[in-house]
Amino acid sequence: MSALLSLTTVSKRFRGLVAVDAVSFDVPEGALFAVIGPNGAGKTTLFNMIAGATAPDAGTIAFAGAPIGGLTADAVCRRGIARTFQLVRPFPALSVEDNVIVGALLHRRGVGAARDHAQALLRRLDLFAKRRQLAATLTLPDRKRLEVARALATGPRLLLLDEVMAGLRPTETDRMVASLRDLNRDTGVTILLIEHVMRAVMALASRVLVLDHGTVIAQGAPEAVVRDPAVVQSYLGAETE
Amino acid sequence: MAALIERLTDDGSRRTMIWAAVLVAALVIAPWVVNDYLVTVLIVILYLAYTGQAWNIMMGFAGQLSLGHAIYVGLGAYIAAFLFTRFGVGPWVGFLAAMPVAAACGAIIGFLAFRFGVTGVYFAILTIAFAEFARIGFDHLDIVNAAAGLFLPVAQYSHNDLWRLRGDPTMFYYVILAATVVVFILCRVLIRSRIGYFWLAIREDEEAARAAGVDTFRCKLYAVMISAAITSFAGVFYAFFYNNLFPEQVFNISQSIQIILGPIIGGVGTLFGPILGAFVLTGLAESLNSALTALGLDLPGAEQVFYGVCLLFVVAALPEGIWPWLARRLGIAERAG
Repeated sequence: MSALLSLTTVSKRFRGLVAVDAVSFDVPEGALFAVIGPNGAGKTTLFNMIAGATAPDAGTIAFAGAPIGGLTADAVCRRGIARTFQLVRPFPALSVEDNVIVGALLHRRGVGAARDHAQALLRRLDLFAKRRQLAATLTLPDRKRLEVARALATGPRLLLLDEVMAGLRPTETDRMVASLRDLNRDTGVTILLIEHVMRAVMALASRVLVLDHGTVIAQGAPEAVVRDPAVVQSYLGAETE
Repeated sequence: MAALIERLTDDGSRRTMIWAAVLVAALVIAPWVVNDYLVTVLIVILYLAYTGQAWNIMMGFAGQLSLGHAIYVGLGAYIAAFLFTRFGVGPWVGFLAAMPVAAACGAIIGFLAFRFGVTGVYFAILTIAFAEFARIGFDHLDIVNAAAGLFLPVAQYSHNDLWRLRGDPTMFYYVILAATVVVFILCRVLIRSRIGYFWLAIREDEEAARAAGVDTFRCKLYAVMISAAITSFAGVFYAFFYNNLFPEQVFNISQSIQIILGPIIGGVGTLFGPILGAFVLTGLAESLNSALTALGLDLPGAEQVFYGVCLLFVVAALPEGIWPWLARRLGIAERAG
């Protein structure tokens, strides 16, 4: 497997604070790759740089062999990277279906074709029955699923999921894990997720990277990483879940 | 295909079209039924419905607040009137000249704002600033008689000349009615198109729209340009209907405010809101004037006070505007957007 996404010594600082410090890693095509770490470890900053929401100060981000560091968010999305937000941001006054149609229109000219595609995705994510509702009326688990559907509708090769399990009950988490695993298996989409819920990470990820204070302290298979002394000390030891 | 049939036979949609058809039919026969005074009132109403609809593309669809739409009215009015008085060029050709100028003006304002991240109220202030620049600029522009104003020769209304827009109020009435219907259909097509979806996404959450791959800069720029181009026709109409133009009037901020009141009262972001708002506001204000006249009361400024009361009422009681409330009562579900 070749690397779909490749970060080389990527750094980002906010005034005096180094949020991400010379982080390098590769995400192979087709992988289910998790980034974990305590709060403030720099996970979301890392995500924002990949997704084009902020530009890195140093280092290179390459996607499918081409540098994408510093591109705008919409340009990154057109290259094939779609994201969800940690705090969900559906279009509240639009229907569930229209939310997904917006994403589907990225690579489709006609609204009809976009609607067909959106409906297929809504079926996949168990939102079809709610497609006429306004997004604002959905429950949190449904809004999280809607974010995934909207991101998927843009036809990404890489899907960035920012704490998509946070705030979900265990049964909801299992449902989301199953959806994502099916998605990865059926469509081959590469998934990079930031996650706090270790239950989901262990069930889903083929590879885990641990960030702490902006640096990579471990990476590898999930079973190996959770036994790593540095990881246990900095992160899992403090985890009460 | 199934989805298309489902949409076309959608109950709410069909009822909407029936209501629209009834309204248009009533407006078409109106000049035979009502007196000349009411025809001029209807002209004002339709003019505001038309400009409100154009403004709504920017604010209601794409979420960009313009408080300076008078600039596009003024440009349309001055370009068409200048070409007519100086070179004898007819208003329709004048409109073809005014449209790209207004769109270019919108593009400049939009480019400056969107390129440098001017959003929200700051964007609104920028639109006011440009309208004010234009007002002061035209006030000193000798080629169009500066502050002294531009006057169109007033023809004897012996016959209606549609090509040169010279004629009686009934002709102007049908022109603005046709324009309002055309722009209504255009807006309906736009909001159901690809860019319409992108505009709504930007209005709802610009960052999320960008994350979904929407080129927000370009989409917002198109919204301003299309809105400006449509609004410029209202200016052409204004010049030929009133036959006189003063920068102090046509570029005045009160002109911009007048444009936005209808859609706000009627329902921002809806297709019927700007039309309904124009009818409610102007209709009730004129009724108030007639009532005051009949009672022999002379209260200058009563109309402005009335506008203020209307705004207060809508903001407090129906913050979405009258149309969404009315639509629910009539059993019409206009798409949220």
